[in-house]
Amino acid sequence: MSSKLISPALRAALNVNSSKLNAETTKLAAAYLSSAPAGGKHELPGLKYDYGALEPVISAETMTIHHTKHHQTYVTNLNASLEKLDAAVSSGDVSSILSLSGALKFNGGGHINHTLFWENLTSKGSSEFPSSGALKEAVEARFGSVDEMKKDLGAKSIGVQGSGWGWLGYNAASGLIETATCPNQDPLQPTTGLIPLLGIDVWEHAYYVDYRNVRPSYVNAIWDVIDWKVVEERLVKAKSG
Amino acid sequence: MPTSANTAKQHSKSAPATQKTKPSLTTATMTKLSLALSAILVGSASAFSLDMKAQGGNTRRELLQKTAGLATSIAVPTIANAYSVPDLNYPFEALEPYIDAPTMKIHHDKHHVANINKATEGKPEVDILELQLNALEAVSLRGPAVRNNGGGHYNHAFFWDEMAPPDEAKKTKPSSELEAMINKSFGSMDEMKAAFEARAAPGALFGSGWVWVCVNQAGDELKLVGTPNQDNPLMKGVADEVMFPILGLDVWEHAYYLKYQNRRPEYVSNWWNVVNWNKVSENFAYVKEKKAGVPVRG
Repeated sequence: MSSKLISPALRAALNVNSSKLNAETTKLAAAYLSSAPAGGKHELPGLKYDYGALEPVISAETMTIHHTKHHQTYVTNLNASLEKLDAAVSSGDVSSILSLSGALKFNGGGHINHTLFWENLTSKGSSEFPSSGALKEAVEARFGSVDEMKKDLGAKSIGVQGSGWGWLGYNAASGLIETATCPNQDPLQPTTGLIPLLGIDVWEHAYYVDYRNVRPSYVNAIWDVIDWKVVEERLVKAKSG
Repeated sequence: MPTSANTAKQHSKSAPATQKTKPSLTTATMTKLSLALSAILVGSASAFSLDMKAQGGNTRRELLQKTAGLATSIAVPTIANAYSVPDLNYPFEALEPYIDAPTMKIHHDKHHVANINKATEGKPEVDILELQLNALEAVSLRGPAVRNNGGGHYNHAFFWDEMAPPDEAKKTKPSSELEAMINKSFGSMDEMKAAFEARAAPGALFGSGWVWVCVNQAGDELKLVGTPNQDNPLMKGVADEVMFPILGLDVWEHAYYLKYQNRRPEYVSNWWNVVNWNKVSENFAYVKEKKAGVPVRG
């Protein structure tokens, strides 16, 4: 899955900040980043549902623009940045490598985050929070109840200043799940070390068509279209190492 | 929705009852009284700019604009420096087709009002210009709201007043002093606009923020600055030095999403059509002389 390819490589690229870094390592990082499912370029992933499937919580209009414009732009710009990175690494131009870090984080992060987002959404009524199993146990261990978890993640997501994301993530060190927020398109794992389980996009573009300025209404409504099966699968995978 | 030249009558949630009662004075007396009140309540800066306007032409529109602005300052409650959302100098649809009416309405009535309501959250209010300077320090004492929403109030109040309907805007131009400074700092107006648009591009200013043209501390150059979220260059610590904006553009998605969706560059290049260069020139003259931020209504 593309996010597995990108995450460790992005982390490597983000850490390319020393001219003393071994040349081989930077080359490997760049090669890793440049490799992608479809022969060298990243692609906009397809959705597993129609654009209208998340109505009335998220409109078809929003889904269409969000997927075909915003996410597509991140993919396009990521590919362009990676080409420049290849050239910079090949010529050993550390200065150029460094100057690309912003664009890589914005666009690579945007691609990762949105890919995760589409996958943790599903049509209303088709996913119930599991009544037993790993996710339920983890939520209760950390928050006491699902409602408490929603309150916590909801408040944090609503409270993001400007653009960003709310996340439920797995902390491998503690073995517990936690909530977090990241600004702009900073990707959760390279930024915090938490493994992403559930993401909520709170950039205005995610909700403005449907909710205008009322972000709280959007966040409160989005619980109805979360795909809890996917969230649990991610948790099980994260726990297994 | 307003249809005449009168401004939209929108009041912040915190507007006191006194805002509704207006004394029945003649325009001339009201002007004199307001100048005096403004000088006391808002500082001589406001009186300075009102005086400049009083010397200008007296078309009905200008009188209405002055009155609307003055009404806000007359109606300020007895607590000095209380914030209120200033009425726009033009109806919501006036900036069409470059900025759409629904965006102006929500931007003003919802986003700006929310900034005002959250700016101090029950704590004592600080003069809005003073708040900018110390906003970053204040966060440790009063929390992030003071920076995000105190900045937001100033930024939006600044933004509304530098714009004008397209047919008026196109008759405005930079003063000779401002033009000279633009040429000195950027080469030409076209080069300034190109640099501004590049700075405002999604890849250059990522996420939410503002782009500003400012006068530097030395007062001898114009600088282009991008700031994240609701920061502005008046805030100590945000830019290399405190600088004084004369022109600014909101590039938060809420500023353009309904009409432009993800096409921010189109919004930015269209925006020049509603810039009031006379006001920008006034801003420039003010900050050069006073080495302080342009005062805002509300």
